[in-house]
Amino acid sequence: MAKPLKCDVCSEPATVHLTQIINNQIHKIDLCENCAEQKGITDPSGYSLADLLVKPESNQGAETSALSCPECGCTQREFKKSGRLGCAVCYETFETVVSPALLNMHKGDSHKGKVPQRALERATFMDRLGSLENDLKEAISSERYEDAARMRDEIIELKKAMEAAALED
Amino acid sequence: MLIKSIFGGKSEVTESGSKKCPVVLMTRIRLARNLADTPFPGWAKETRRKEVLETCLPSVASLSQMKRGISAEIESLSDLERQILVERHLISRELSGHADAAGVVISKDQSISVMINEEDHLRIQVIKSGYRFKSVWNAADAIDTALEEQLDFAFSSKLGYLTACPTNVGTGMRASTMMHLPALVISNQMEKVVRAVNQLGIAVRGLFGEGSDASGSIFQISNQTTLGESEEEIVKRLSSVLRTIIDQEMNAREKILEKDPNKLYDKIGRAYGILQNSHLLTSSECMNLASLVRFGVDLEMFPEKTRNIVDRMFIECQPGHVQYHAGQEIDSNARDAFRAEYMRKQFENVSRPIFNLHETSTEDDTPKPDSEPETD
Repeated sequence: MAKPLKCDVCSEPATVHLTQIINNQIHKIDLCENCAEQKGITDPSGYSLADLLVKPESNQGAETSALSCPECGCTQREFKKSGRLGCAVCYETFETVVSPALLNMHKGDSHKGKVPQRALERATFMDRLGSLENDLKEAISSERYEDAARMRDEIIELKKAMEAAALED
Repeated sequence: MLIKSIFGGKSEVTESGSKKCPVVLMTRIRLARNLADTPFPGWAKETRRKEVLETCLPSVASLSQMKRGISAEIESLSDLERQILVERHLISRELSGHADAAGVVISKDQSISVMINEEDHLRIQVIKSGYRFKSVWNAADAIDTALEEQLDFAFSSKLGYLTACPTNVGTGMRASTMMHLPALVISNQMEKVVRAVNQLGIAVRGLFGEGSDASGSIFQISNQTTLGESEEEIVKRLSSVLRTIIDQEMNAREKILEKDPNKLYDKIGRAYGILQNSHLLTSSECMNLASLVRFGVDLEMFPEKTRNIVDRMFIECQPGHVQYHAGQEIDSNARDAFRAEYMRKQFENVSRPIFNLHETSTEDDTPKPDSEPETD
């Protein structure tokens, strides 16, 4: 007799077998009844195999499940349970889990569509501001005060420009 | 008041019968957007959700596209009003169920609706009758661009628009069409079709989205992936699959007429008889009868103007609409009686179907997306 399949999550005998085809790749998963229920497979209103494929690696699993987003407090456990992230920063916080899942569920891993002009400008401003502030700290700590003064002025100018741009909108 | 304005004006969804379009009933695009630096609705505390609603509702309502439209907080709507909006595809079931600090703005012609605090802060939706991705995308894109002037969206240069669910990240776009596929259903080929298109990253659902059944042989067919392709590429890929499905449906129609026309004529003739004479009709039976009559219109068994009646039926036989027409909330038995009466009236003056062999009428008149006439 064939060996009964074991649950991919907890190793109990598996009774739920799921196959999903995404981008011509077959993904198979075997689950016991308890885990299937926990993962929401018995609930037809929606689940994604991609969420299930994100198994914690046996060792680091305990640590990463406890990981929580510094911005909104959403935990990795929460994300796995609901399949929803808490905020935009969660994409960075849970990158190790989200990135491979994205590859599984999408056609690629980087955005190719529409770009909102304003958000882009803001991002460029913020990048520039961040690097100036870093340089300033370095200049101060290495006592290059002339450089530091120049950078301080540049930061003030940049902030003014940002405010002006914000007002225009 | 809301209901009156919904029923008062002409709407895209219920007036689709004006153009001859045998397979594609409507085209829809929705864009998911979130505000920067604000937790997504499902995770945000009540106060943050309220802030989002208070920021977004006036912004959306002030758009020129929303002039003389409807703007409402979902909590202020009755159950019946919510149900009617769901049946008209103007809000989702999810929004109707999680009404706290949620809102919606609907354009006067009901082709645009923007939901606030659904799964994402904003869900922009444009829906038009027929097969018109180009004009639907242009409208959705314009609303999105106009909103971006007022609101900061959560966006990453690598991952695109950031959404609560990773399945929507990137373009945040779900493009879909409602397809009427009676011949594929009658000849038991739908399962095969669903399996084949799923492999291409295209999803097939019932008329009312996830989890709804396929009564009336109407299917919602949409892209499943949102990251790694531009909006244009997604629509192009979806369109080529739709094209194939349309061809399959047309082939299936021809085969049925060739092999066993009596079986089909019997179905259509009975549907006509039931609609003219029944006294109890469930919404699901009504959908299936409407589907058969629509098939009959495609085969020129009924006059073209009947198409408008059946396209309205698909929406108006839903429980919320029946109760609106009845003038009060009534239980399901009373609804079945009222629905039958309403349909008897609708079909009173529809002449008997003409049964003879149609050799040329299975021709597909669906305009190709490229040659679509831009009416707006």
